[in-house]
This record gives sequence, C-alpha cells and structure tokens, in this order.
Amino acid sequence: MQSRKLLMSLVLGSGLAVASAAQAETLRWASQGDALTLDPHAQNEGPTNTMSLHLHDPLVMRDNDMAIEPGLATSWEAVEETVWEFEIREGVTFHDGSDFTAEDVAFSLNRAGTEPSDFRNYISSIEEVEVVDDTTVHIHTSGPNPILPQQLTQISMMSKAWAEENDVETAQDYASGEENYAVRNAMGTGPYKLESREGDVRTVLVRNDDYWGMDRFPMEVERIVYTPISSDSTRVAALLSGELDFVLDPPVQDLERLEEEGDINIEQGEENRTIFLGLNLREEDSEYDNVEGENPMADKSVREAMYHAIDADTIQRVVMRGRSVPTGTIAPPFINGYPEELDERLAFDQERARELLADAGYEDGFEVTLHCPNDRYINDEAICQAVAGMLGQVGVTVDLNSQTRSLHFQDIGNRETGFYLLGWGVPTFDSEYVFNYLYHTDDGQRGSWNATGFSNDRMDELVQQMGTEVDEERRNEMIAEAWELAQSELVYIPIHLQVLNWATREGVTVPLRADNQPHIATATFND
Amino acid sequence: MLAFIVRRLLQSIVVMLVVALVAFSLFNFVGDPINNMVGQEATTEQRAELRERLGLNDPIPVQFLRFVGNAAQGEFGISYRTARPVADLIAERLPATVELAVTSAAFALTLGIVLGVYSALNRYGWTSRFVMTASLIGVSLPTFLIGILLIWIFAVNLQWLPSYGRGEVVDLGGWRTGFLTLSGLQALILPAVTLGLYQLTLIMRLVRAEMLEVLRTDYIKFARARGLSNRAVNFGHALKNTLVPVITITGLQLGSIIAFAIITETVFQWPGVGLLFIIAIRFVDIPVMAAYLILIALFFVIINLIVDLLYYLVDPRLRVETPAARTAA
Repeated sequence: MQSRKLLMSLVLGSGLAVASAAQAETLRWASQGDALTLDPHAQNEGPTNTMSLHLHDPLVMRDNDMAIEPGLATSWEAVEETVWEFEIREGVTFHDGSDFTAEDVAFSLNRAGTEPSDFRNYISSIEEVEVVDDTTVHIHTSGPNPILPQQLTQISMMSKAWAEENDVETAQDYASGEENYAVRNAMGTGPYKLESREGDVRTVLVRNDDYWGMDRFPMEVERIVYTPISSDSTRVAALLSGELDFVLDPPVQDLERLEEEGDINIEQGEENRTIFLGLNLREEDSEYDNVEGENPMADKSVREAMYHAIDADTIQRVVMRGRSVPTGTIAPPFINGYPEELDERLAFDQERARELLADAGYEDGFEVTLHCPNDRYINDEAICQAVAGMLGQVGVTVDLNSQTRSLHFQDIGNRETGFYLLGWGVPTFDSEYVFNYLYHTDDGQRGSWNATGFSNDRMDELVQQMGTEVDEERRNEMIAEAWELAQSELVYIPIHLQVLNWATREGVTVPLRADNQPHIATATFND
Repeated sequence: MLAFIVRRLLQSIVVMLVVALVAFSLFNFVGDPINNMVGQEATTEQRAELRERLGLNDPIPVQFLRFVGNAAQGEFGISYRTARPVADLIAERLPATVELAVTSAAFALTLGIVLGVYSALNRYGWTSRFVMTASLIGVSLPTFLIGILLIWIFAVNLQWLPSYGRGEVVDLGGWRTGFLTLSGLQALILPAVTLGLYQLTLIMRLVRAEMLEVLRTDYIKFARARGLSNRAVNFGHALKNTLVPVITITGLQLGSIIAFAIITETVFQWPGVGLLFIIAIRFVDIPVMAAYLILIALFFVIINLIVDLLYYLVDPRLRVETPAARTAA
C-alpha cells in the first residue's frame, strides 16, 4: 500500500518533467530497428550503416542529393586502367586523438574486403591497397572498375592501431561463437563520438568538436539519443507526446493524422527502391501453377497480359494512399543509366489482357501462387492482395502466400517460387548493380537474386563488360542496350517506387535522403 | 522428502528437454536466418557456406543434440543478430522483465484483494457493481489494446507518463534497476498496470467468490454470534481462509506474467527478455529463441516445484500418499 501511494504521488507530481521539451541541441531519434553492431564492416544493412557513418567517415561521401563529394579523401582519379589514386585529407584525427593516415585507409579497406566482412562482395574488385605516402593511396583493382568511388561511399574508415590493440583486425564472424570488441565499441573519425550503447535500448552519440567537417556541415545537433521502438503505434505515440524529435519510419496509415497535428512535419520524397513482381520464365513445368506440362509465364504474351491487367495507379491511390510513384521500370530514377525513355508502363487494359491470354491458349485463365512478404516493404501484403484481385478479373486466379520476410526470402533464395514480390534498392547508384543481381544468369556468383530463371547470353555478356569498361560513354551505351533488352523481355512487372516519409517535431529539420540514411551532421534546429 | 525433490527435479529435466525439442522442431518453420545475416550482395555460394558452418544444414535431431550438449555446459552460443553471447543478452534483459513482473504481480495482488473484499462485503453497492463490470473489460480486452489505450490517455493526451522505454536505470553490480530513479518509476507504471490488469481482475473475482462462500459458512455465523467486531470477522476469520487458493493461483500466475510480458514489453518497448524474444523471432535468431524458451520452461518448472513443495509442507496427507499423484500440477 505504502509503495502504491508513493507511486501515485510520483505520477501526479512529476507529469511536467516528462512532458517538458528536450534541450534544443539534443536530437531524440527513433526507428523500428537498431543497428545490429557497431563493427563498421560486419553487416551491410541500412540502420547499421547509418550508425557506422556517424561514428566513422568514408573516403567518398554522398551529399543529401546523392551527389558524390569528398570525404576523408580530398580527390581521386584513375591513374591507370586498374589503379585509382586517392589523396587523403590531412589533419584528421580519430576520436582518441590519434592521427588518421593512409595506413588506416589500407587497413580499413583490407578489413572490409576480407572474410568475414559483409562488404567483401561489395568491393570485391579491390585487389590491393598500396600506401604510396602518408596522404596518397593507390587502390589496385582486379580489372578496370569505373564505379569504385561510388562503392566506397559505404565503407567506413577505422583506426588500425585501435583495431590491433583490441584484437579486431577482422570483422565479427557469426560462426565463431564469440563476440569481438568492435561489436560494442568503435574508433572512427566521424562527426559523432560514442557516449554509451545499450543494444536495442539506447545509443547515445555526442558531437565530435574536433571534426574536420565542423565548418562544412551545420553540426547543430550536439547529442543524438537513438532509441529503437519496434511497435508502430508506440513510435507514433512517442512522437505525438513530444518524447521524440525525429521518427525515420512512421507507419503510412498514420501519416495523415500526423500531418494534421500542428507540430509535426512530414518530409516526403522518393526512395532509392522499386517494388515489382518477379515471374518464373523457365520452360519446364512449374509446381506453383495449375497448368500441367508447361509454365504459362514462359510465354511472353502471358507476361504481357498480366502486366496489362495490373492497375498501378489504383494501387498508388488506394493501397499506398498516394504515397508511391508508379513506375515502368525497376530502375530507380536516381541511378546512372536510368532508362528514362523506357519508363512507361504498359497501359492498364483488361480487354487487351484477356485477348493476349486467349491467344496464348489460356482463354479460361490459370491459377498461380503469388509469394509475398508481409513485413518487409511498405504495405507489401496489401499490394499483393490488390494484384491478386486485378489478375483475377482477367482470369488469372492468384493464390496468395504471404509470409514473414525470413520465409519469403528463403523461398526466393531456394528458387521455390514462380511469382513473387520483391523490392530492390541500388546502393551504388549505378545500373550495373541491378543487372548483376537481378538479370544475369544465376550461376552461383552473379544473379543471386534472379529467381526468374531469366538467362540471356547477350545480357550476361553486357553485364560482365560493363563491370570493367572504363570509358563512360561506351559503358553507358552498354547499360542502355541492357535496359532495352530487359524491358522487352518483361522479366519483371514494375509496380512503383517507394516513397520515404520522415517525421520530425516542429523546429527540427533533417534533410531527406533517397538512401534512407539520415546524415545528422546536416540536421538543423530552426527555433 | 529428499526422494520427492530429487524425483521432481528429474521430471523437470525431462520437461525442459521436451520443450527444447519442440522448440527446435518449430525452428524449421520460422525461415532462414542467413538472409538476415548477410548483405544482399552475398553470392549463393557464400550463403550456402555460412549455412554449413552454422550447422543449419544438419538434421533437426543433430542440431538439437548439439544445443543440449552445449547448454549443459552453460554454452548458449552467440546471437545471429547482434553477435553477442546469448547468456549475456539474457542476463542483461532479465532484470527489466523481473522488475516489471514483480511490480505488476504486487499491483494485481494488493488491488485485487482490496477490491475483491470490498465487493464481497458490499455486494449491492454501486461501487461494487461498477468494479465488477469494469473487471469484465479487464478480462476481455487483449493486453496490447489496453497498453495502447493507456499510452493514448496518459502519454499522448495527458503527457503524464512516458510511452516507451525504461527511463534511467542504475547499475547495481550487473543488475540494472529502474526502481531507484524517478524516470524509471514513471516508466514502470503503464507497463505494470497493463500486464497486471488481467491478473488483477482474476484475483479480485476469485477473492470475491471465495469470500462470499466463506461468509456463508457456520463458523462465521458463530463468530458473529460471539459478538466479534465486523472487522475481526471479515479480516481475521473470513479473509484468512480465503487466501489459501489465492496464494496458489498467484504463485502459478507469476510464471504466466513473465511469459505474457512479451506483448506488454513489445507495446512499451520495455527492454526485457520478452522483447528480446520477439525481435529474435523476426530475425530468426535461433540461439536467442532457444535459450529464451528454455528459460521460460525453467521458470515454470521451478515455480511448480515450489508450489508442490508448499503443498507437501502444508498438507500432511501427502506425506503418506505417493507423491507422484500430485505431479499433474
């Protein structure tokens, strides 16, 4: 009884303390998931990279419009076909005060490029990093690599001395059964220093007042308190109650309500991620439809019919509540080689769809299973339901199988699906990344996400060539040809470009970035 | 007595092995952790290689035996998600769950007994009727809805209490407690009420029913005939005899409070083992899932064991009968 009275008096007496506004210089930030680790090279994953790139810097950065700009390297050029020269920024120090040198660059790139780093495929073209002098580094690649600077935007530079001292010369190995020091500690040159870290609970970063970019970026936020809140409604409630300043991923269904609240701003913009349907193109009979002896979707006119049957505008209006951009290609418009003239959807035309199906010998339609995730993309399951209804109207009966992402991606990985929803972001901002994983023949190395069975010799040839072509014009011609080929084959049915919605409290501005990785150094308070 | 305890302990081990086996069979259906562990650039070959090294290709019985073998040596492996030892993760999260469970049990017990006694003594009063009706809501509303409702009222509209988290915590030699700070106590209120509400209504209705029963018995009538004060009759005689089943139920419910904490912890982002488990399921973090399920089984087994031992002490007839007759509890 006594303790209950005490509790009650605390509740009533302390209400104001909770509600009081945050100190102006602190940014209280929440999103659904936490960074998995502080080791900058162990996991190539959105929230983890975002955290890493506040504690560390890459050699090359992207500004908020996704343009390339100098980071820890001040300039770079390809000095030979297979050698890139990077000039390293002088006078930069790590958070422990030690100097950042070319040795650290070589160490970090080697660490990121070797087993078990999760970035090793991302920068697999790097063969050797040669330290020429204190401020010059030569990166030797296995073949010409025209987009190396773009790839380096995600690779954090860490302290070699610190890593050696703490025995973390390689990234965390998940199969080792042991935790390494870098999982909860970090030593970089970044705009923020680690103050405290409680995984899944709270991570506090404080401004690095010796940061080399103090004059280049606003650097108004002195302290970042990052809290993962997994429940959508709780995250919204915490924003509404004034306990948060910035929510990276408010749920779509609450956006209208949030906008009606006077003191919440929603920043909206296109994300570097398209949502589309993959179709099994293999000739042999598929077990995911009711047609015996053959696979209807191997016939291009069937794929065309299905495309005609899907009304992307209605999906945008009804399912996405206006918050998506219907697209006619799976290439996001930000990337190099984006085929603008091909970005046009086949018209929504049910008559034409029925005709095409009849011509292909499926006047009575057929039945197919659509595999769909229900916790990966914005409204993913609802999109699939809409698609199922639309295809049903032209006679293609869709049996919807929506499941959690772990199961969904397992099915795609095992190629145990004939028709599936997938989303794809392009971290290199270059078309090659799309072709490499989604269009190249699935051969164990490339084509790891190509579950469609699409295999075209010309496409494979183009993908391999564009990986090593240094002449930008010739390379762009190859990309254009590849897009032409890809679009004409209708391997994927594009649906839309996902739209980002970042919610902030009135008075706080966090510039939107298409890569969905906030750069808090550029956030400002306009109180 | 000793033989009884030994036998019960042996049975407990069997129960936990069965739980572990069932858990492992279920892991077959939660999906593939590999996609969550490697970036999308990983090649098909690298995925296969990691799967092989983690032993995920082995048949379930082999994986199960390996887990049991390691667990017997106190080795639970590292989390696939955070790369931290599972034992550390659970040890860090357990205080939050225990503090939440104990607080909500205390809340449910005190308020439940008070309201139960009150509504038994004033059966036809308006307050009792209101409390009884309100208790129906407590029983029928799902926990997550109660949680969201409380957040809506007390955090968003009134802004009295925080909507998420645990506030500031104080580290007492590895046990992080929220009891010692103002923000920690504030943060505790909404989750504790949410979690305890169902137990509160259960205990209240139980106390009320038992109390009404006892009040009808002869010895209460005789007590009144002896001229004892109402207070002595109600609390000294009636309530005392009501409490025996209440204590039993409360003991058994403590286990389910810890288990049900999963939902409350998710709604309030309470950093306990339940939230850890939910996040682990989303990621298919098999080592964490396995350890959590074993831990919960252990809680239930221990609580049941204690309850059984209490019976054994209280009820002399058990010492004559074969104890095996009571194992169903």
